[in-house]
Amino acid sequence: MTDAKVSGTAVRADDDYPWDRTALRSELATVSQEPGATKPQPILAVDNVVRSFGGVTAVDVAHLEVQRGAITALIGPNGAGKTTFFNLITGFDKPSSAKPRFGGGNGPFATWRFQGRSLGATSAFRVAQTGMVRTFQLTKALSAMTVMDNMLLGAKDQPGEHILTALFRPRWKKREAEIRAKAEELLVRFKLDAKKDDYAGSLSGGQRKLLEMARALMSDPAMIMLDEPMAGVNPALTQSLLGHIQDLRDRGTTVLFVEHDMHMVRHISDWVVVMAEGKIVAEGPPDTVMQHQAVVDAYLGSHHDQDLGDDSVLDEDFEQAKAQEDAERGERTAAEPDGEKA
Amino acid sequence: MDFLATLFTDFGAQILSTVTAAFAIAAIGLNLHFGYTGLLNIGQAGFMLLGAYGFAITIRFGGPFWLGVLVAIVAAVIFALILGLPTLKLRGYYLAIVTIAAAEILRIVGGNQSLGPVTGGVAGIGNQVYSPAFTALSPFPQDGSFSLGPYTYPLTVGDSWYLRIVSWIVLALVAVLVLLLMRSPWGRTIRGIREDEDAVRSLGKNVYLYKMQALILGGVIGALGGMLFVLGTSVQPDSLGRSTTFLLYTIVLLGGAATVFGPVLGAVLYFMVIIGLQDVVGQFVPPEIMSQQQVPQFGYIVVGIGLMLLVIFRPQGILGNKKELSFGD
Ligand SMILES: Nc1ncnc2c1ncn2[C@@H]1O[C@H](COP(=O)(O)OP(=O)(O)OP(=O)(O)O)[C@@H](O)[C@H]1O
Ligand SMILES: [Mg+2]
Repeated sequence: MTDAKVSGTAVRADDDYPWDRTALRSELATVSQEPGATKPQPILAVDNVVRSFGGVTAVDVAHLEVQRGAITALIGPNGAGKTTFFNLITGFDKPSSAKPRFGGGNGPFATWRFQGRSLGATSAFRVAQTGMVRTFQLTKALSAMTVMDNMLLGAKDQPGEHILTALFRPRWKKREAEIRAKAEELLVRFKLDAKKDDYAGSLSGGQRKLLEMARALMSDPAMIMLDEPMAGVNPALTQSLLGHIQDLRDRGTTVLFVEHDMHMVRHISDWVVVMAEGKIVAEGPPDTVMQHQAVVDAYLGSHHDQDLGDDSVLDEDFEQAKAQEDAERGERTAAEPDGEKA
Repeated sequence: MDFLATLFTDFGAQILSTVTAAFAIAAIGLNLHFGYTGLLNIGQAGFMLLGAYGFAITIRFGGPFWLGVLVAIVAAVIFALILGLPTLKLRGYYLAIVTIAAAEILRIVGGNQSLGPVTGGVAGIGNQVYSPAFTALSPFPQDGSFSLGPYTYPLTVGDSWYLRIVSWIVLALVAVLVLLLMRSPWGRTIRGIREDEDAVRSLGKNVYLYKMQALILGGVIGALGGMLFVLGTSVQPDSLGRSTTFLLYTIVLLGGAATVFGPVLGAVLYFMVIIGLQDVVGQFVPPEIMSQQQVPQFGYIVVGIGLMLLVIFRPQGILGNKKELSFGD
C-alpha cells in the first residue's frame, strides 16, 4: 500500500483510509523544489491564473499543483496576492486571463482542475458543492443568526433547503436532526458549544474565526481552504486547533491554508508554497523552503521585522539581505530625483 | 362616552376591513423581500397594481374569476423575473432603483389615456366590472345583510362579509405559508443571505436562485394583496403609487421586520391611527382648523413622527427582535 502511494499511482480511497503522514512526507520529499512543481497526486492543478486590478498585477500564477491529502501552506508577505488567489480559485473573483465567454482574446487562458473537474467558469456556490470550501480572511459570521444556525447552514444535502420541500417538515426533519448532531460535535471540538444559542454577532473575533472554520467543515469538504485561520485565536486554542487540522488531514481532507505565523506553518504543514508579488516564487517542505533566496528576498523586500521563525540559517541571511536592501534603498533614493524629473 | 363607543366601533370596523387585510398581505410580501432576504424592493405597490390590473383586465375581457387570479399571479412572476434577472447578481441598490422605476412605469403606462379601452386610463376600472365574477362565487345569499354587534354589512355584494372573510382567509394562508417557510432550512438560507451572501455562497448555496425565489414569492403575495384591495375599491393607478410602497415599509417597520405577524400588527395599528385621528378631529377640532379632508395628510405627519419615535425607542419594531433586525444596521 505504502509503496503504491509513494510511486504516486494509487488513487486514494477517501474516508476510512488511515493516511500515513510519514509516507506522505516521504512522497513529497521526492518532489522537485521548483515553483510549479508536479505533485504525485494533485487534487488541484492551476494554470495561467492572472488577475490585475487596473495596472497592478495582484496574481500571476503560471502553474501550481496541490497534493491530495496534504496540508499545504501558502505564505507570502502582505499584498502578495494570497487572498486574491483564493478568491479566484473558489469562484469569488474572475481571472483577467479567463477565456472570454464569446470567444476571441489571446491566451494562455486561465484553467484549473479540482479532482479532475475543470472549474474555470464555475460559480462560487458550485465550486463549494464540488468539495472545495473556503473561509475568509475577514470573517463572515452571519451575525444576526445563532451560532447553531450558522453551523446548520454549512451542511449539504438538506432537502428542506428546497422551497417546496421546505413546506413539508417530515421530509427534512430527519436530515435536520443528523446535521444538528454533527454541528454539536464540531462545536464541542471548536470549544463553541457553550455559545451555540448565542447570536454569532456576539462572538469575539477569534471565536468568529473558529465558527467559520467549523461551519466550513459541516459539508465534509474534500479540500478546505483557510485564509489565516489562526489570526486572533489564543495560543492555547491554537495548539488544539492545529491538532484538529492535522486530524482532518489524517482522515483524508486536503488542507490549503494561508498563514503568517511561521511557527504554525512549520509545525503542521507538509508542503509550503511561497507567493510574492502575485507569483509563486518557491515551493518545498517547511523545514527547507525558508532557505530559498527567493523567499528571503520576498519577505525582506517588505517586512524588515517580520518574524520568520527561529531558523538560525535564516538569521544569517536576514542580516545579509538587510544590508543588501539598505544599500539598494540608498541607491534608489539617490536615483529618485532624476526619475521624477524625467 | 358616546365618542369612545364610536371610536372603538370604528377601530373594530377598520381592523376587520379588506383594506387592512390587503395591506397586511402586501406587507408580508415586502417583509419577505426586505425583512428576511434583505432585498430592497421599493416597488411593492407595482406588484399590487399589476395583480389588480391582471385580475381586472382578464375579467373585463370575459375571463372567468380563476383565470383572472392566475393572470395576476403569472404577471407578478414575470414582473419579478424582469426585475430580478439583471439585478440580483449586483449589489442591493440596483434592485432598489429598478423596482421603484418599474413600479412608476407601470403606474404611468396604466394611467395613459391611449390605453383607456384596456386599463381605463387615469380613471381606472370600476369594481362593477370585475366584482360580479367574485361575488358569483359567494357561498352566501346574493341579497341581504348580516349584523354582528354594531357591524352591519351586506352578505355578498359590495363591501361585504364575504369579501372580508375571503381577505382574512387569504391573509391567514399567506401568513402560515411564510411561517412554514421561515422555520425551514429554506428560511434559514434566506436569512443567511440577508446577513452575508458571500458567506452563504461559500457554503454551496445558489444565492441567486434563492433571491429570485424570494423576490417572486413576495411579489406574488403583493399581487394577491393588490387584487383584494381593488375588490373593495376600484383599480386606480394613482392609488397604488410610491406612497403606497412607503406605507408598506412603515407597516413592516412598525410591526417588526423579519417577523411573520409584524406586518399584520403594523397594518392594524396604522389604520387604527388613521381612523382614530379622523374621529378625534371630527369630534374635537373645528373645521376651520382642520377639515376631514385634511385628516389623511395629518395622519401621514403623525405616522412620520411615530416612525421617528420608533427609530429612537424601539428600532426593531413592536414584535421584532433587536438582535436580528433593527433600524440602522
Ligand atoms: N478589489 C481590489 N481592488 C484593487 N486592488 C486589489 C483588490 N483586491 C486586492 N488588491 C490588490 O492585490 C494585491 C494582493 O492582495 P491580497 O489581498 O490578495 O494580498 P494577501 O497576500 O492576501 O495579503 P495579506 O497577507 O495582507 O492578507 C494587493 O496589492 C492589493 O492591494
Ligand atoms: Mg490576505
